[in-house]
Amino acid sequence: MVVQSVNRPSKGFRRRDWLFPIVNALLLTLLMFITLYPVINTVAYSFNDGTDAVRGHIGLLPRKWSLKSYQSILSDANVFHAAYISVVKTIITTVLNLLVTGMLSFTLSRREYVLRKLITTLLVLTMYVNAGLIPNYLLISKTLNLRNTFWVYIIPTMFSCFNMIVIRTYIAGLPDALVESARIDGAGDFRVYWQIIFPLCKPVLATVALFVAVGSWNSWFDTHLYCGTEKDLYTLQYLLKMKLATTNQSANAAKSTAEALKSTTNTTPVTIRCAITVISAVPILVVYPFLQRYFVTGMALGSVKG
Amino acid sequence: MNAAASNNQMQAIKVKHKGFLRTLCSQWQMALMSVPVLLYVLLFNYFPLRGWIAAFEDYNPKLGFYGSNFVGLKNFKDLFGLGELPPEEFLLSIRNTLAMSVINLVFGTVSSILLAVLLNEVRKTLFKRTVQTVTYLPHFLSMVIVVGMAQNIFASGGPINDLLAQLGLIKEPVFWLGEGRYFWWLVGVINVWKEVGWNTIIYVSAMTSIDPCLYEAAAIDGAGRFGKIMHVTLPGIKSTFIILLIMNIGHLLEAGFEIQYLLGNVKVMDYSRTIDIYVLDYGISAQKYGLAIAAGMFKSVVAIFLLLSANFVARRLDENTLI
Repeated sequence: MVVQSVNRPSKGFRRRDWLFPIVNALLLTLLMFITLYPVINTVAYSFNDGTDAVRGHIGLLPRKWSLKSYQSILSDANVFHAAYISVVKTIITTVLNLLVTGMLSFTLSRREYVLRKLITTLLVLTMYVNAGLIPNYLLISKTLNLRNTFWVYIIPTMFSCFNMIVIRTYIAGLPDALVESARIDGAGDFRVYWQIIFPLCKPVLATVALFVAVGSWNSWFDTHLYCGTEKDLYTLQYLLKMKLATTNQSANAAKSTAEALKSTTNTTPVTIRCAITVISAVPILVVYPFLQRYFVTGMALGSVKG
Repeated sequence: MNAAASNNQMQAIKVKHKGFLRTLCSQWQMALMSVPVLLYVLLFNYFPLRGWIAAFEDYNPKLGFYGSNFVGLKNFKDLFGLGELPPEEFLLSIRNTLAMSVINLVFGTVSSILLAVLLNEVRKTLFKRTVQTVTYLPHFLSMVIVVGMAQNIFASGGPINDLLAQLGLIKEPVFWLGEGRYFWWLVGVINVWKEVGWNTIIYVSAMTSIDPCLYEAAAIDGAGRFGKIMHVTLPGIKSTFIILLIMNIGHLLEAGFEIQYLLGNVKVMDYSRTIDIYVLDYGISAQKYGLAIAAGMFKSVVAIFLLLSANFVARRLDENTLI
């Protein structure tokens, strides 16, 4: 804000200066249009008639309105079950992450903790040393036998070092006296964390919760790798991924729209896929604007100090 | 409990006198909060490293890591075409990974700095906030959703082809997703669309910490808006830019994996297959674990080397190190 007000040139300093703000505003508006176009386009497809949609050329509005795609999705028990799995897995993952990472970050921000150096080094190294896909796959599916269980969604994603750094940086910015005085009053470390630090950390925890929740909600590869044969554990994103694969193939196989029309039935995968896309994106689009002011600070903190 | 836990700071000073174990005992609550995570990380991040043994084996899951036949460097020879397998595949996947990384790095950096500069020039807070809210949005959409949208947008009857046809640039619709030579650039464009807003966050926050006096001084010296951008704003984000650049060079072998996996198809495979997808194809689908682990190990080792050299360069240039 300060910069912007200073940035304003003194009157009559530059005569052509009215031009730039207009061009700038136009450019940024164009950018917003480009950002939103694919989103609106997908919504338009999802409300379009299935057979008609195969012809393509749909812009910002449906050409032939139809609620059929949504009707067929909402009568599909698989979609409901997948949504249920997605919601449960996202909630459990987020709560566990916050619980674990919050307490850990607190201990790693205390200079007097004797294991601080050792644990911090070993955790930060994990951001650089990675055994790779196959050894991890063998650990999770063979050694731990988590294949085709619900826990494969939870256990391997319980902790992330990046989030630890974000929270620790925030806690390090709180006055030390808070912790010291609580200890003098006889509070143990659990009590110090839960009664003093935790309430003060709500903004940064909200940021991390958003990152974790979005990551968990958006993931599909874990299902693909570990639960591909277990229909009961499919998530919304994985259902979508399977629809993607089928439409992709039909789009490649059929060069002309006539061929595409022939190969598809009444409601085509395109409109169904777009409808599932809309349904799976809505929770994020609803939540995220409210958390924006938190995550911008959290992001800046984490990336500068991380 | 109180006696043990109270005034830990005093105890920390006395560590040398009291001994490591006794201090640890007095800090049992903190240990309880952090040691389980340490064990977790040892299991999930360090324990799998023993899998690298299999890079030197004809690995058989039934015999395990310690029972399989040792074959020396055969897997690595196979990867680079010195053994029985044709050399093209792995080398192609390295080429694709590097090409897409570099395109992402250049496109991503240039676009986000440009957008950050434009945002910094906006005076109306509401408009700025709106642009930011809108451009951050795609970052939160999953790659599955983004690729689905891209398939609509770049379809033969999609808006891009329509637009180009209306402008008279093309006569026939272009099959953007079906031709290898477009693939890298499509990935670059889609990544910019998804991340450009998000990547401005750090640049915008660097710009707000520029001393306003510099702008005043520049104005007195007769600098216009463009002059201020060139001589105050851009130099002000230089250190952020260098740190991010170095960090990204350290991640040069991480070209992303989801987008290539989801957007790719048989026709563009020679251009879409990255090292990660190669590992997946050979390891999970073809069950050639040894070869896949060798490829993954190669990637990890090169990545560590890149990161360490990036960190070394950063240390030479600046106090800000990455590790």
